[in-house]
Amino acid sequence: MLKSSFNRRRFLQYSALGMGSALLAACAAPAAPGAAPAAPAAPAATGAGQLEIFSWWTSGGEVEALNALYEIFSAEYPDVEIVNAALAGGAGQGGNMKALLETRMMGGTPPDSFQVHLGRELIDSHVIADRMEPLDWLYEEEGWNDIFPADLIAIASHDGKPWSVPVNIHRSNVNWYRPSKLEAAGVAAVPTTWDEFFTAAEQLKAAGIPAVGIAGADPNFNGHYLECILLSTLGPEAYNGLFTGATSWGDAGVTEALEILNRMYDYTFEDFLSVTWGDITDRFAADEGAAMLIMGDWTHGVLMSMGFEDYRWAPSPGTAGHFMVLSDSFGLPKGAPHRDNAINFLRICGSQAGQDAFNPIKGSIPARTDPDLSKYDEYLLSAMEDFKSNILTPSIQHGAAAKQSFVLDYDLALNDLLANRNVAQVQELLVQAAEAAEFGA
Amino acid sequence: MALAVIVLFPSIIAVAVFIYGFIGWTFYISTVDWKSVVPDYTFVGLKNWTRLFGDRRFHADMWNLLRYAIGFMGQCMIIGFLLASLLDSKIKGEALFRTVFIFPFAVSGVVTGVAWRWLMQPTTGINLIFANIGLGWFQPTWFANIQHGIWAVSIAAAWQFTGYVMALYLAGLRGIPNELKEAAAIDGAGTFATYRYVIIPLLLPVTFTVIVLTGMNSIRVFDLVATIGGSGAGFAIDTLAFNMFQTTFSAYRWSLGATIGAVMMILAVFLVVPYLMSMQRESEQ
Repeated sequence: MLKSSFNRRRFLQYSALGMGSALLAACAAPAAPGAAPAAPAAPAATGAGQLEIFSWWTSGGEVEALNALYEIFSAEYPDVEIVNAALAGGAGQGGNMKALLETRMMGGTPPDSFQVHLGRELIDSHVIADRMEPLDWLYEEEGWNDIFPADLIAIASHDGKPWSVPVNIHRSNVNWYRPSKLEAAGVAAVPTTWDEFFTAAEQLKAAGIPAVGIAGADPNFNGHYLECILLSTLGPEAYNGLFTGATSWGDAGVTEALEILNRMYDYTFEDFLSVTWGDITDRFAADEGAAMLIMGDWTHGVLMSMGFEDYRWAPSPGTAGHFMVLSDSFGLPKGAPHRDNAINFLRICGSQAGQDAFNPIKGSIPARTDPDLSKYDEYLLSAMEDFKSNILTPSIQHGAAAKQSFVLDYDLALNDLLANRNVAQVQELLVQAAEAAEFGA
Repeated sequence: MALAVIVLFPSIIAVAVFIYGFIGWTFYISTVDWKSVVPDYTFVGLKNWTRLFGDRRFHADMWNLLRYAIGFMGQCMIIGFLLASLLDSKIKGEALFRTVFIFPFAVSGVVTGVAWRWLMQPTTGINLIFANIGLGWFQPTWFANIQHGIWAVSIAAAWQFTGYVMALYLAGLRGIPNELKEAAAIDGAGTFATYRYVIIPLLLPVTFTVIVLTGMNSIRVFDLVATIGGSGAGFAIDTLAFNMFQTTFSAYRWSLGATIGAVMMILAVFLVVPYLMSMQRESEQ
């Protein structure tokens, strides 16, 4: 019985073998094009095909601002289809988006361009991994070396070349306050020092008003508060030294900052541990909201888009004359599938028209020094004034000062503060984090 | 025999490469010094392992795993078994209830997480219901509770998984011959004694399967945590999987992330190997 089917069996065996090896060959094949460096196809038909842009801008004013940029692009290049690949923040600032981007970059299939914080975030995540194209030639062509402030180009640069195009400038150390709430508690003026802040906080607490908005459910939120407090307790020079090894994270100024943060938890929403970063502006603006909120000036854009008007602003306590800066930028990954479109998009990002369309909506100021002032409102004009005259320091939480692994360690240490309220222990964790980050090495 | 081997060859290769190869690769990466975006294959031995075992967050994760597993497996088994027994008692509309109970299993974990996050807001959702029915003094903070937040996550997870466990038990109950129950009744066993001495022992294989399934689920839970609120204040609801995600993709500590993955792998082996061995014994008998 077996013998009679022997030939057919043999045939089946061979064909199975053949199919198996064909399958393996097919599996191996797709690796080749991905691995190839995909040399830029220089004269590809400009103004056709697609443009895929990654960002974590998914809410309110952010989307509108990004769309304003897209509109300018579409007006110039009507045949290009824009693929807006925006992915919400999730765990951490742009956390989900960054994870997906990392996968795409490692797999050799980058988007055409992506949002990234100017500075260490881009450099440590993608530049040193040799995945980006330097943009010095584009800066030359567009004359940006004279238009962007030199300090800002320095933050964008690594090995003497800039690697991304800043579209905006945000300020991190702003105290947003509600005059009606302060008045209700008999606080005469917005606090300018931490002593004044806690005096006011006591008064507000007595009046049953949460003094300051804190989102305890997001570890990163504490990171934002601490950088503003660190700037006040250390001053700009010692603050900058934290990332070069010149200032120790075991410094007394850091201890003082942690103590201030630790004390603040007693003057916020009762349920602050379940408030997320995404909720914080709503909670601040609610009827039973907080009197103050120390937050970056994107808050201005969000409050505007909510139609909320009962708010003013001041530098966060102890930081008058200092400008904690962060900037959103777009870069050019190596092997971008539509490189020409990406370059055209970058040109628009850096152009006066692009920045003046984007920034008034986003609630940020342009990175260029020649904006059309008529397009900006009172807050933004004051921020531009400060940006010109103040001492600039880079933000930790928003990727300008230190690499991402440090930012995560820093946030996790502060998460510990929430749980244990033990300043000495948290400072020890911060010292360890700084060692792991090899600052100054 | 030769034909079988040849036909299976492609899938053996695929399994060897894509499952066992990658498991091996993960263990290998956990012994090198890859901690930035640039791969670094310098051998460092157990450095990543010692670092992980000394890490406060990892300790929190292990405690969370223990409490989550107890809460989640307990709820699934007790409630799942009760529901199955009730459905098995020949009630009206059994098919409807069965569908209703198993429905949450069809919902994705992300949806479950978001829905329960809203339900468990301290001032609205379930707490508002409590307040309105005169239980204003009972206002738990759910997942925002630094000590006990992880139990709240296990409630959400159990809501999703209990229906499936119920289906498993129901199938088991249907497989018990009526003669056995009748014999027990003739011997004078009441309902409780029947369950205690006949039904529950006969359902042991099902219980074993349930333990393995819910246990695996406990080790790898990620979606619920990510949507409910990340690691939570003071790592109240942090899990190994979420830690691995952040370590790998936010901090680019690939080797440390691989170490966490390897730990999860080892935990899973402790759960699955006894199961496979008992299955082996059963099929031999």
